[in-house]
Amino acid sequence: MRAFVKGNEAVTIGAVYAGCDVYFGYPITPASDIAHAAADYFPQLGKEFLQAECETGAINMIFGAASTGKLAMTASSGPGISLMQEGMSYLSGAQLPAVIVNVMRVGPGLGNIGPEQGDYNQAVKGGGHGNYRTIVLAPASVQEMCDLTIKAFQMAYKYRNPAVVLADAVLGQMMEFLTYPDQVWARPETADWAVHGDAGTRKNLITSIYLDPDLMEEHNWQLQRKFETMNADAMAKAYKVDDADIVLTGYGTSARIARSAVDALRDEGIKAGLFRPQTLSPFPTDQLNRAVRDRPILVVELSNGQYRDDVKLHLEGCNEIGLLNRMGGNLMQVDEVVAKAKSMLKGAN
Amino acid sequence: MIKSAQGFYETFERREPGTKATHFCPGCGHGIIHKLIAEAIADLGLQDRAVFVSPVGCAAFCYYYFDTGNVAGPHGRASAVATGISRALPDKVVIAYQGDGDLGAIGFNNAFQAANRGEKFACFFVNNSIFAMTGGQMAPTTLPGQKTTTTPFGRDVVKAGYPLKISEVFNQLEAPVYIERVSVADTKRIMQAKKAVRKALEIQRDGKGYAFVEFLSQCPTNWRMDALQAADFVTNEMEKVFPLGCLRDRSDMPAPAPKPIPQKTLGDLFHSSGNGKEAKLDESFREKKFKFSGFGGQGILSLGLVIAEAAGSAGRFVSWFPSYGPEQRGGSASCSVVISGREVGSPTVDNPDVLVAMNQPSLEKFLPTVRPGGTLVYEASIPLTMPVPSGVKVYAFPAMKVAAENGVPKAANTALLGALTALGLHGLPEPEILAALDASFAAKPALVEKNRKVYKAAFAWAKENLG
Repeated sequence: MRAFVKGNEAVTIGAVYAGCDVYFGYPITPASDIAHAAADYFPQLGKEFLQAECETGAINMIFGAASTGKLAMTASSGPGISLMQEGMSYLSGAQLPAVIVNVMRVGPGLGNIGPEQGDYNQAVKGGGHGNYRTIVLAPASVQEMCDLTIKAFQMAYKYRNPAVVLADAVLGQMMEFLTYPDQVWARPETADWAVHGDAGTRKNLITSIYLDPDLMEEHNWQLQRKFETMNADAMAKAYKVDDADIVLTGYGTSARIARSAVDALRDEGIKAGLFRPQTLSPFPTDQLNRAVRDRPILVVELSNGQYRDDVKLHLEGCNEIGLLNRMGGNLMQVDEVVAKAKSMLKGAN
Repeated sequence: MIKSAQGFYETFERREPGTKATHFCPGCGHGIIHKLIAEAIADLGLQDRAVFVSPVGCAAFCYYYFDTGNVAGPHGRASAVATGISRALPDKVVIAYQGDGDLGAIGFNNAFQAANRGEKFACFFVNNSIFAMTGGQMAPTTLPGQKTTTTPFGRDVVKAGYPLKISEVFNQLEAPVYIERVSVADTKRIMQAKKAVRKALEIQRDGKGYAFVEFLSQCPTNWRMDALQAADFVTNEMEKVFPLGCLRDRSDMPAPAPKPIPQKTLGDLFHSSGNGKEAKLDESFREKKFKFSGFGGQGILSLGLVIAEAAGSAGRFVSWFPSYGPEQRGGSASCSVVISGREVGSPTVDNPDVLVAMNQPSLEKFLPTVRPGGTLVYEASIPLTMPVPSGVKVYAFPAMKVAAENGVPKAANTALLGALTALGLHGLPEPEILAALDASFAAKPALVEKNRKVYKAAFAWAKENLG
């Protein structure tokens, strides 16, 4: 099955094939189509859809539904995601799986509804309080809006931790052909930790409070060890990096623009490649270092260097790093990326 | 010795293992309320059906007492958490326990909206007119003139507002099944409270809907009173502002049934979603970039969609990206389409190979961006008053006139499609274009033939006059 669909709708289709049971959300541009599709599909499939009174309500409904072991999701954009940060900290602290989709718009504040990637740090570093991390996946196509939403549910359940699908306004609004998944994901059993409202799970408790400092510290260490194990699931794609003289890197829409720039550079006989993380947390550190080796790196992002800073953090070498970034809802043109890459290569010679 | 309730754990591990005493202060009302709820859960046989949501506040440790499934969420959000549980487990008994800061202040909207939706859970609301756990600050329910750590001169209603009468507010809503305010200040009142708890849980047992019980409860510690003074304060002062009684009981009415929605399988929902072929890698195909622009309502976005769908059927990689947001309602609209022999990179089009402009503002905005060697097709009735970039081919095509003359004035976009085919500008096989055009009217079959007629006439006109 293959159809031409919008990125946002592909998220909902992915959720359906992940077996998502409940959707709670509050409308916001440019993420609302996800809710529109859920409001349409979920009730027809015997699933639950509820338009919450606010994002704070939505994320706490997710907390409740996730406590029961059901697959729960919400979707929003910048301001709404900010309101959900407390809830995400609680989800991580209480070790509950859930999927939160952020179709990033422009900030800070009300900003505008154009595409930006300024929520990188909030998503990747944990925007709420305490020593926690979220799983963050970064789709770059309509196909990945579906596939990585499914992956988000799988990782959320594997690690019992909230997973964020970090998309942007371009990916949400654009259309491409989507090949539908073959089957619905077979979910894991949850009776060992979830509260089902039955005799078998009566002893289970969902909470994030440990008043005793020693117990709380032990809980924190356990969480950190769990986060460490996530690194094995880091994912990335490399494109034409093997013989490259320069490696471009970006995620989401920036990576698509960078890919066009790589093709344009190659058309001119300049050996460029692209490194694109599909998970931002865990960060694909090994893949990055293998892809870039000692070559110069051009970071392409729709934010103020937040992703560039993480690339630096995860690099083992002292590669030259250039940055081409735009903000405000403006996208960089392919030609600008090509010119920046050329100027970096010239400077190196 | 007073017998412990069946719904409780044998011992309460909150303070230390093995203890049978609660963590509450002497004279506090919470312990009494806990016991009433635990007894009712056990008496009604709900322990293996119940999920209890603890609040944040003095009662944050409900899960140390209630021998049921337990969930503890953030401050103020018990009603939202209970909503999530109840929606996920519609046949279970869900209980939210909240204090007056929790429910009346930070979480008021969540509680109010849950009540308004008639969520299936029992909400037990403990009103002791103060934030107790955080150190005796003013609550929304603090009485006028009452001294707290944040109203050291007494609550001044002019500056700090009036006590919030939650039960009366919720009683304005249609959905709740049951609303009652009770007190735990003396034995007689506790007996009435016990009945109210039971009723609220029976309503849950029977799946009837939302039940709300407000308890006036004493807080000797933060009121700086002894237990007897505190009980007197509830009866003599709080009851003046918060009168006891049942505000609503619709428990003998049948539970309202939601409108049934016909159930489908994934196959039913998605099998009609096309069956386009996988795109084929074709490095020899030169990527083509289109910009379609005009007024919202001129069918510009669907023109782009038809071409994109046709490109997919022809085995090409393709993307479609709209302008979106406020400007799409009334003002200009545009979309970018990229057709490629390899995976599409940027879906936005900075320098189109083909620009279709259906209105003046779009023409002026995008004409300067057309790449050298590119083509402009514009609605012929628009005056072209600006210089055309060198190397750009220009076609003035009377799309609106051709559409109107062929019986469908709104089909200027279909006319443009015919002209683009005639001029060889989309480079796609005509059968795929026609199939995509027909498919775009799947919901209105009467328009299929009419649009085909417009398409053919436009094709002929363009061949004859522009070819």
